Amino acid sequence: MAEFKEVSPNASVGEKLLNWVDNRFPASKMYKEHLSEYYAPKNFNFWYFFGSLALLVLVIQIVTGIFLVMHYKPDAALAFGSVEYIMRDVPWGWLIRYMHSTGASAFFIVVYLHMYRGLIYGSYRKPRELVWVFGCAIFLCLMAEAFMGYLLPWGQMSYWGAQVIVNLFSAIPFIGPDLSLLIRGDYVVGDATLNRFFSFHVIAVPLVLLGLVVAHIIALHEVGSNNPDGVEIKGPNAPKDANGHPLDGVPFHPYYSVHDILGVSGFLIVFSAIVFFAPEFGGYFLEYNNFIPADPLKTPPHIAPVWYFTPFYSMLRAITSEMMYALIACVVGGAFLGVKNIKMPAIAKNAVIGAALVVVLLMLSIDAKFWGVVVMGGAVIILFFLPWLDKCEVKSIRYRPDWHKYLYAVFVVNFIVLAYLGVQPPSPVGERVSQVGTLFYFGFFLLMPWWSRLGQTKPVPDRVTFTPH
Amino acid sequence: MSDTPVDASKRTWLIASTCAGAVGGAAVVVPFVSTFQPSEKAKAAGAAVEVDISTLQPGEKMTVEWRGKPVWIIRRTPEQLETLKKTEGQVADPASDRTAYPTPAYAKNVHRSIKPEVFVGVGICTHLGCSPSDKFQTGPQPSLPDDWQGGFLCPCHGSTFDLAGRVFKNKPAPDNLEVPPHMYLSDTKLLIGEDKKA
Repeated sequence: MAEFKEVSPNASVGEKLLNWVDNRFPASKMYKEHLSEYYAPKNFNFWYFFGSLALLVLVIQIVTGIFLVMHYKPDAALAFGSVEYIMRDVPWGWLIRYMHSTGASAFFIVVYLHMYRGLIYGSYRKPRELVWVFGCAIFLCLMAEAFMGYLLPWGQMSYWGAQVIVNLFSAIPFIGPDLSLLIRGDYVVGDATLNRFFSFHVIAVPLVLLGLVVAHIIALHEVGSNNPDGVEIKGPNAPKDANGHPLDGVPFHPYYSVHDILGVSGFLIVFSAIVFFAPEFGGYFLEYNNFIPADPLKTPPHIAPVWYFTPFYSMLRAITSEMMYALIACVVGGAFLGVKNIKMPAIAKNAVIGAALVVVLLMLSIDAKFWGVVVMGGAVIILFFLPWLDKCEVKSIRYRPDWHKYLYAVFVVNFIVLAYLGVQPPSPVGERVSQVGTLFYFGFFLLMPWWSRLGQTKPVPDRVTFTPH
Repeated sequence: MSDTPVDASKRTWLIASTCAGAVGGAAVVVPFVSTFQPSEKAKAAGAAVEVDISTLQPGEKMTVEWRGKPVWIIRRTPEQLETLKKTEGQVADPASDRTAYPTPAYAKNVHRSIKPEVFVGVGICTHLGCSPSDKFQTGPQPSLPDDWQGGFLCPCHGSTFDLAGRVFKNKPAPDNLEVPPHMYLSDTKLLIGEDKKA
């Protein structure tokens, strides 16, 4: 137990109270560790708003969600009507509902930008691997949250979207059909499915999500924030003042807490504008077909997931039996180059050749449908491995070879093109483009251990780039 | 770590009780996971459906619900039946030999039906379970090949099927549309969900 601290008898009531608490709970200690004495690099730029904004959107979603649950009915016969009831009859219900539905899209916008920041400044590199891994787990939870939440209004898109995604699991050989039955709880998406998705959406996944957010922040505060220069401000050689505080750092509170309020204000202006003037956002945030009650006998003529899932959905659609030949060629080529160019013992070479053969055989014997699911899942899972794929000498894009910048630009454009194709109806040209896009997406990550080493990096300064103003 | 010697018997009991606890914990998972299975009520709801097709005109389609899924009944015109010969070479599994959704023996023929003109099939794409849309109009149109003979297009991932529910080659859907067990009670009365074998 820590030493019991006494305050002078003349101290104010507030001081006495705080001392009483501090002797029983580390209130002041935590305040210092995470706010008033948490040193963050002083050269944060615009990109650093999105972490705190993600936290803000999480709070918006939780609060509006709690109020929506008070009026919503998780019953296949009543769900659609209860959402319309919230929209029309509950006083201000429309506002709470639009905040929640817009919040879902806002969450993904903020999180995609937050992840992109991590990508360009190398914020996932040692020693921040776990910060990144927890973040990827949060992203997975968010996807689950969004998917299950979208079923709840029980509109046509809710119904058929859930039907498609749950059927993805039935593509897994042997256990698939039983697994999707277990997820649905019925032979078709129905009342049982709606009820369990409601339970997952309002309690199970949010609990996991909150735990992961805490882990994400604890891990971040343990290793310290990265910055646009990728310079370690708390490293053993970093300049420090007489008290051992980094010269390139500044306490989070009050500087960044106030700084983040600017971000919050900007965000809320845009957010409110959408909530009040364009809550459906042209059918991208709330799809028009979802204003039609679920009909198990008729799929709407054009179904597409909500925009934030579409890059991954495009990759799913790209895997046709024709595309499998391209993938087989990639596996064979990869194994050949690996064996030829990488130094390893003979047994490892044989293992690589054997593994490639097994994979090719599986690819030939299992339907393209299953591999589409593997590709879609792999596109998210591969993000977890980013810290170990990047072998560049420097962290930040600022000091990487110039052509890296172009490559990142192509990566972003490719991601947006895939997202665009995912909302479009299937077409032969779109299919080809998404196939090339899928190969590029995976090539970007899987070949990173090689390409990230190439080229001449620029010298990284000892101190962060910062001009006082 | 302390230097106290390991008490072997205490350690044995610790390991044994930890294992017993883990087994108990794992056993508790079983009832929880079991609740995910379809309830007895859901299993019971699956009765066969009787359909009167006397008013179904050539070229028309009707949809009935069986086990929560759409079942299509189409009375094909002679011209439409003729197109099946043209699509024969373009479909992935012309003779319905794949076994994922086994085609009943009485429908394992060119037209995949008991009566040549009346097609009975589950209107659920074998890819990811969307319900394909009717594309009976022949000729070039969006998302379809120019030599389109009439059939179905799945709006989700673009799988196409001919008028016998056979999937075209190189599409995401691996299998032909399922033909449910069905039988004729009379010339115009169909029973979907049961056949003579059962």
